[in-house]
Amino acid sequence: MKGVTRDRAISLGLVAPSIILIAVFIYGFIGFTGFASFTKWDSLEPDFTFVAFHNYQRLFSTVPTDRFLCDLRNTVTFTVLFLIGCIVLGFALAVLLDRHVKGEGIFRNIFLFPMAISYIVTGVVWRWMLSPGNSTVGATGINLLFDKLGLGFLKWGWFTDPTMLYIHPDSGFGHFLGNIGLGGLASPYIGISLAMISVVLAATWQMSGYTMAMYLAALRGIPTEMREAAHVDGATEWQVYMRVILPMIRPVTLSAIIVLGHISLKIFDLVVSMTGPGPAFATDVPAYYMWDTTFRGNNFASGAAIATLLLLVVALLIVPYLVSTTRSEVRT
Amino acid sequence: MTRRIISIFSIVVVLGFSLALVACGGGKSNKLEIYSWWTAGGEAEGLNALFKIYNKQYPNVQIINATVAGGAGTNAMAVLATRLTGGDPPDAFQLHAGLEVQKYNPEKYLQPLDDLYKSEGLDKVFPADLMSLLQYKGHYWGIPVNIHRANVLWYNKKLFEDNHLQPPATWDDYFKVAKVFKAKKIIPMTIGTKEGWEAGHVFETILASVLGPDGYRGLWTGATKWTDPKVTDALNLYKKILADVNTDHSALSWDQALQYLVDNKAAMFIMGDWTNGWFTAKNYTGYGWQCVPGPKIYDGLSDSFALPKGAKDKENAMNWLKVCDSKAGQEAFNPLKGSIPARTDADPSLFNPYLQSAMKDWTSEPIVPSCIHGAAAVEKWVTVYKDIMNTFATKLDVFATQQALDQAAKDNGGA
Repeated sequence: MKGVTRDRAISLGLVAPSIILIAVFIYGFIGFTGFASFTKWDSLEPDFTFVAFHNYQRLFSTVPTDRFLCDLRNTVTFTVLFLIGCIVLGFALAVLLDRHVKGEGIFRNIFLFPMAISYIVTGVVWRWMLSPGNSTVGATGINLLFDKLGLGFLKWGWFTDPTMLYIHPDSGFGHFLGNIGLGGLASPYIGISLAMISVVLAATWQMSGYTMAMYLAALRGIPTEMREAAHVDGATEWQVYMRVILPMIRPVTLSAIIVLGHISLKIFDLVVSMTGPGPAFATDVPAYYMWDTTFRGNNFASGAAIATLLLLVVALLIVPYLVSTTRSEVRT
Repeated sequence: MTRRIISIFSIVVVLGFSLALVACGGGKSNKLEIYSWWTAGGEAEGLNALFKIYNKQYPNVQIINATVAGGAGTNAMAVLATRLTGGDPPDAFQLHAGLEVQKYNPEKYLQPLDDLYKSEGLDKVFPADLMSLLQYKGHYWGIPVNIHRANVLWYNKKLFEDNHLQPPATWDDYFKVAKVFKAKKIIPMTIGTKEGWEAGHVFETILASVLGPDGYRGLWTGATKWTDPKVTDALNLYKKILADVNTDHSALSWDQALQYLVDNKAAMFIMGDWTNGWFTAKNYTGYGWQCVPGPKIYDGLSDSFALPKGAKDKENAMNWLKVCDSKAGQEAFNPLKGSIPARTDADPSLFNPYLQSAMKDWTSEPIVPSCIHGAAAVEKWVTVYKDIMNTFATKLDVFATQQALDQAAKDNGGA
């Protein structure tokens, strides 16, 4: 290195401000949040007494509240159902549109438009639709529709139903799990919160169009020759999709999982406008708890601990993806 | 890429300039900035009435009405926190009277108002119980403008008359009455727990009723243990009440639950005195009210105004506080807000029948601070308490809840 060339100096100088800004406002603040999560900062006045993992310990214990454990369960429920919903629905829509139907442009836009709406609006609209009603005003929204169609047995509490599906520790199967050393699985924190399904419905409605667009682009990228070759070889339509098309669009599925996955882990606005924490935290999510404890309770350290955990979980999802894409970019 | 960098550069430059402009902006002026979360309805009208009185006395002062809407002050408090710590405080700001002041670290950020209390003779016009509630670390930090009551039992007069029943004075009576209603397929007590705080609100009124004023106050100061068998009693009592409430309570907010009472489908309801305003707005008159069963207690909460250190127009702010504590100020504000004056010498004829009865109770009954509304405990304790009771309303686990309440108290300096 014989001294920096002029070009290099200029380019460095031009990039420097943004590097500095990112270093301070993103990584600096991430670092500070991580630091704050180990302190006793639980009021307006910063208190940087070191308390080690006390804040984290509190989050994972059931006393005084098991709110964070409920949140984790809800996030897992939400992420899994949301991913499955978006990917299956998005792929199905893409396959249908790929058939060069009449008015494809119109349909494509119709399916894609929900993505242009803010989650706040989506949340309000879906709250109105799924609001179960009560014995005074009678059924409302979709429940009313069920009533009118004679499908009254389908009525339920939607996002207000506190039911959890889990393996009860005192049930036969719970005992069995306990005996083979898997008793931890039989707990109300490993299960499905039924109320969360309503939130999944709204989120899927919003994001499946986006998944469709991704898949549609991928499907269009597959040369017709390949399909024709498969048909010539005697493959049925089903086999073409299973053996040829699905393997070819696998990278898109991975991208979809990453993009949707990090949205679902950080989901906040939809829950705020649609359900709130719900009965016994049936629809609470970590981001909501973080906001509640930080800005309502002024417990900044606890909020920082939740934020740090959220970051770690999202990083678990994103970092392997980033590593693999940079690697493949270097290769090509 | 270059383009992006140039735009980032220009953004930075513009930001820098605007900061510099803001910094130069200050200057000497005759202003008064009042910070609150009263943005709508009767509250905003009440605030305007106070402004009018102020401007009549000090016509040269320009009042800046700085409000931040939403969430019972949650958003406003977050913004205020950054203004206080950043050294740009408003001249006076709204504060729930009581222990909420602790979160603002008053010794560092607020000015004690002891001299004002003395010169205005406030100890003669505020009840003694209120005076002790207003003190934190031996000083007064806020001037209360109004009082709300949390522990009111609202009931449907028609249902009680039709069934020849009296509103219950004790919990034994309550369950007798509830049995009659249940047999007639009327919901004895309606409740809505959707927003998370309502369950905690009802429980705090039961706690006060079962433990009595001293025992209840002690829960928040450390004098009463949360493991006390009376707390167990209160939880069991609450569980028994919840067994007969409307089954859809987790889907309803308090006002939606109250619709049952208006429709003659439910007989009783526990909520604060803002319920009265809701009935009035609905043109519903068939309701009666009394204290929650048990000993007569006034479970109160109060909005007050505090004076931050470094207020730019301290003189104007002091005058504002004087308007707030004056008889004229409180008489103008409270009928509009639907609350009663903190002063005991206000003219009852200005108020509606419910408020008149509340004013009478205010002077005669022991006063205890509301927890869920910020008077009894620090905010982070309140949020945990709220979460615990929200879970209890669904799971009804007395033992776990009492343990959790005890832990919450230990975490927050109670006993």
